[in-house]
Amino acid sequence: MAETHSLQDMRPQAAVAAKVFIQRDYTNGTVCQFQTKFPSELETRIDKQQFEETVRMLNNLYAEAEKLGSQSYIEGCLACLTAYTVFLCMETHYEKMLKKIAKYIQEQNDKIYAPRGLLLTDPIERGLRVIEVTIFEDRSLTR
Amino acid sequence: MHLGVSESMRECEYSQISTRSSTPMETPYKKRTPKKRKWEAFPGRNKFYCDGRIMMAKQTGVFYLTLVLILVTCGLFFTFDCPYLAQQLTPIIPVIGGVLFLFVLGTLLRTSFSDPGVLPRATSDEAADLERQIDVANGSTGYRPPPRTKEVVINGQTVKLKYCFTCKIFRPPRASHCSLCDNCVERFDHHCPWVGNCVGRRNYRFFYMFILSLSFLTIFIFAFVITHIILSSHRNGFLKALKDSPASVLEVVVCFFSVWSIVGLSGFHTYLISSNQTTNEDIKGSWSSKRGKDNYNPYSHGNIFTNCCAALCGPLPPSLIDRRGFVQSDTPQLASPTNGITMYGATQSQQSHMCDQDQCIQSTKFVLQAAATPLLQQQSSEPVILTASPENGVSLPGRTSLALGGPCTSLPLGQPTPPTSTPSLSCHEATDMLPIHGHTHNHSHPLQEPVAHHHFLTPEEVPSPPGMLHCGSPLGHSHTVQAGFYNPASQDSLHEDSVRGLVKLSSV
Repeated sequence: MAETHSLQDMRPQAAVAAKVFIQRDYTNGTVCQFQTKFPSELETRIDKQQFEETVRMLNNLYAEAEKLGSQSYIEGCLACLTAYTVFLCMETHYEKMLKKIAKYIQEQNDKIYAPRGLLLTDPIERGLRVIEVTIFEDRSLTR
Repeated sequence: MHLGVSESMRECEYSQISTRSSTPMETPYKKRTPKKRKWEAFPGRNKFYCDGRIMMAKQTGVFYLTLVLILVTCGLFFTFDCPYLAQQLTPIIPVIGGVLFLFVLGTLLRTSFSDPGVLPRATSDEAADLERQIDVANGSTGYRPPPRTKEVVINGQTVKLKYCFTCKIFRPPRASHCSLCDNCVERFDHHCPWVGNCVGRRNYRFFYMFILSLSFLTIFIFAFVITHIILSSHRNGFLKALKDSPASVLEVVVCFFSVWSIVGLSGFHTYLISSNQTTNEDIKGSWSSKRGKDNYNPYSHGNIFTNCCAALCGPLPPSLIDRRGFVQSDTPQLASPTNGITMYGATQSQQSHMCDQDQCIQSTKFVLQAAATPLLQQQSSEPVILTASPENGVSLPGRTSLALGGPCTSLPLGQPTPPTSTPSLSCHEATDMLPIHGHTHNHSHPLQEPVAHHHFLTPEEVPSPPGMLHCGSPLGHSHTVQAGFYNPASQDSLHEDSVRGLVKLSSV
């Protein structure tokens, strides 16, 4: 079989060995933050620093989305004055950040995680509860 | 050959079994069926309209009443009083009235129709992972599962995170499970039947603006209708003035009774916003200094201004439940199709299947608990609704009717907290704060049902000001026990649920 599949296409056929869930870290309140503790199941697959860097970056992005600053206040007041119709033409700051996060995760997956047989799922698809890391069976996924 | 025949027979059997196990990959028919939207497979007890754009609670009768009251009163005001006032005083009056009316309506609809901040339930993988962690942490225990809590230190205060058995997650701080909607809601304030929805993180500001603007509107209408009557009576005499505009009398009556409750509620919520607390927390006295010297609110930003800004103008998080997305199996399937249902496919249909199983488990727990603790809840003299036994579920209507005129039921094993402030009269708080049995896991489906539907004020209670309401201060909970509106249906569904559960049990 000389078919060349991209990794995206091959993934559905790869077997899922395990899933690891990175839970939320509530020590700073209800702000969306994830625990940076390195799970033991990933020890053989990826560098601890690398993983913690990813999670830390995600935490920063979420913190920025929920930040209470002048920008968010202005946006809030403007929205209130226009009876929230302004959001028909404009995206909220939070939504913009979520798009940025999605792009970042995609990028991380392509560059770092997929070559190691891992897949990060965007937390928004899990209700911002967990970062789901799917571990695929080590079946020489790289072409 | 005999062997060949039997082998081929076995092969036939094997292939028969494999085709009966439905994997989406095998049955091309499934690909042709239209994809379902996620709201159609939503596990909570919500109603959706406009193809998932609008989301409300299951019982919306009181919401329509609210709408009718507002529309009728304002309609009468604009039709009968405004022409006179515009003529005699100034035409700005109807303009301001109109603006207020539109604002009230807008915020009401926004509160009622938006997602309050529902937390989607855990996928089966997540739930399994959590269960594994809990088992590891607790070790194997006896027949009774240990209470599932996690302690977290937030800004110096220890907060207990409870495990939600329905949603299979550890609830984030300030989240609570609404038994009426059967969802965990972030920053849960209360379930408001007047608005027909829960009030949580995503719609609290709209709710606050609704009650604030409604207070202004009510006072505005009240003031100007009285002005109208007074001006008219200067000319024609009081009785003739009343006869000329009977609508004004009706408006005065409605506004008079509304003003007390709504202005009171606005004041209460202003206090809550400025101290960054939820109704839930205030009623429980979670951050009250009476609990301890070092007890303070870890979520407060320190000063009133920042708290208000954060609550009203802070960033609005998007909905976590993708209502209008399409249901799809998003996880990789196993390669060989004859392996049947994949282990890691967490599709919505599987989730709803899990919910059925979950219901079976809940019913089992329910029955076991019922068998174990039949008389615990019948200590107090007042008829208590919160009994565990499913048999009592059917007989509840009779018992609740006894309590109609009486004070609130006291929770047998609960801790009624002294009211720290005016309880919100018309709205229902999370039943999370009702420690039934004293267990932390008090969310089993059938158990919640009898509790859930008794927390409404029936419309007969609507106009009564706080002083007259029975469910006032003594116990600090504003639950009224009603045999009214919603019981028959709820009892039927409760009965149905327990029967279903027991049938499943017996079939196992």
